[in-house]
Amino acid sequence: MTAQLDREHPRSSVRTTQDGEAQAGDEQRSWTGETSGSRSSSTRHAGPITSRKHALRYWAVMGLLGGLSLFFTVGILSFGNPMPFGSSGYWLIAQMRIETVVVIGVVVFCQAMATVAFQTATNNRIITPSIMGFESLYVAIQTGAVFFFGIAGVTMVTGLPQFLMQAAAMVLFATILYSWLLSGKFSNIHIMLLVGVVIGGGLGSLSTFMQRVLTPSEFDVLTARLFGNIGNARAEYLPYAIPIALVAGAVLWWRARRLNVVALGRNTAENLGVNHKREVMLILLLVSVLMAMSTSLVGPMTFLGFLVATLAYQFADTYSHRMLFPMSMLIGYTVLAGAYFIMRNIFYAEGAVTLIIELIGGIVFLIVLMRKGRL
Amino acid sequence: MISLTEVAKNYGSAGAKDSVAIGPVSVDIASGGITALVGPNGAGKSTILTMIGRLLDVDSGSIEVAGHDVVNSPSKVVAKILSILRQENHFVTRLTVRQLVGFGRFPHSKGRLTAEDEQQISAAIDFLDLTALEGRYLDQLSGGQRQRAYVAMVLAQNTDYVLLDEPLNNLDMQHAVQMMQQLRRAADELGRTVVIVLHDINFAARYSDQILAMKDGVVVEHGPPEEIMQDAVLSRVFNTDVTVIDGPRGPLAVYY
Repeated sequence: MTAQLDREHPRSSVRTTQDGEAQAGDEQRSWTGETSGSRSSSTRHAGPITSRKHALRYWAVMGLLGGLSLFFTVGILSFGNPMPFGSSGYWLIAQMRIETVVVIGVVVFCQAMATVAFQTATNNRIITPSIMGFESLYVAIQTGAVFFFGIAGVTMVTGLPQFLMQAAAMVLFATILYSWLLSGKFSNIHIMLLVGVVIGGGLGSLSTFMQRVLTPSEFDVLTARLFGNIGNARAEYLPYAIPIALVAGAVLWWRARRLNVVALGRNTAENLGVNHKREVMLILLLVSVLMAMSTSLVGPMTFLGFLVATLAYQFADTYSHRMLFPMSMLIGYTVLAGAYFIMRNIFYAEGAVTLIIELIGGIVFLIVLMRKGRL
Repeated sequence: MISLTEVAKNYGSAGAKDSVAIGPVSVDIASGGITALVGPNGAGKSTILTMIGRLLDVDSGSIEVAGHDVVNSPSKVVAKILSILRQENHFVTRLTVRQLVGFGRFPHSKGRLTAEDEQQISAAIDFLDLTALEGRYLDQLSGGQRQRAYVAMVLAQNTDYVLLDEPLNNLDMQHAVQMMQQLRRAADELGRTVVIVLHDINFAARYSDQILAMKDGVVVEHGPPEEIMQDAVLSRVFNTDVTVIDGPRGPLAVYY
């Protein structure tokens, strides 16, 4: 602590010099001038990729996942095709199976983007939109239809207007919940999550209660609809679900740099000039749109989003959402297409795809978590 | 200059018995140098600081920083004028020191880092002696190093005004002194105006140019350290018997 730190001396000098913008600008320029002159700044960069090794690893994982995705896609399209290869019947069957591949793609796109964006907005890596009452609302609507109108009720919730109504109901539910909880005096994301979980639990209990009173045949029909079901997806909704999901996904992609900042939490984001509340509301709205599309197509997929997002954080190891989104989608596609392929061709039970996701996915998730030791 | 006019904040429902009111506070904080906010717990130091940094809404009054109305200006405009660092910083995202400091450039480059940004980032990192650590992840650093990385981020933001909420928390003697020396340099060499909440009155006396003492939600003293470092003044502010003695490096408050 020598003369430089002496209080008297710098204080007086600062007072006299510090009175204009230009002055401050000059001093700040000298800040970088004197330091960057001594070293080459070209080797130092602050991007989302930390090193060459990191870049190689990212692209290696992407390549592997891409290969696996391609393998399972070809597998789904061609494996067990009864017609001889090259015949017109062969291509006809393959074309019919393309629908399944498209459904898997849309579901994964929605689930992966929604979960990563949701966890960024809520600044947590444990809770997913599925837990926040989205899917219980879907289950409650479906169960309610069967409960009140019998088996005929199932057909009442099928059809384009119903699809749009149901999606709108889910988005509306989410938006009201978020705006109420984020703008009120709570303005606390943890309370919002808690309320979401409680509402989800409440709707789940309501559905369970209604299911108890159903006749066995009604219950059977309902179960078939509630199981995450790729093979029996409502493919007639695809022409509407795809553009809606693409628009929501494009907005998230376009705002990815802001998402990177939102992930740092409210205080840091506000400090960096991001309107945190507005940004979070927008993200959550887009998340509810994506979740509504996915759920209306194939029903609840409780574990998929969580698994995909967690693995993407582990493998990508970056803050950049432009790197996280593609990786989470490829992981999701590999998992879902792989699960479907295996269930269909080995166990002949393509209806129960969620089972294998929860079983194998859960084990993979635990192994990765144990090895890395963090979320 | 930072000027507060009749700024007030109410915690709890208005008029209720348990409601706590901060303010009204009217004070001008001059440009340049370090201004320390001191006072007992619950005096409203952090509340005032976070309101200046627009992280907390004011209930009434107005705050101007360098002529800009902080309360009503868009957040992205304010982000180029002032930067604020709060006490608790925990990120779910895993970041290296350099990536964290790089986020400090967001108000200027919106996430697309230019060569100019990289220079500013390097300068901020070098300034806080983090050069050797810049590739490390935050969870591989000690508390003191991490605190320095956070300060480097707000310095890289390159704002004229830097607000820090108890940056010495959890720092040991060595790191606390280093941090204050670096902030002193930021004020002297870079011309930044630093407003800082401090718990230790002796740190405030040694390193700051102005001390702003708060108690029960209002400003009770405002002046250079020599004026504040008086037995009577400190005893009144802190509700404790304080004796100021002449130390080897300036006045020293003894209150143990």
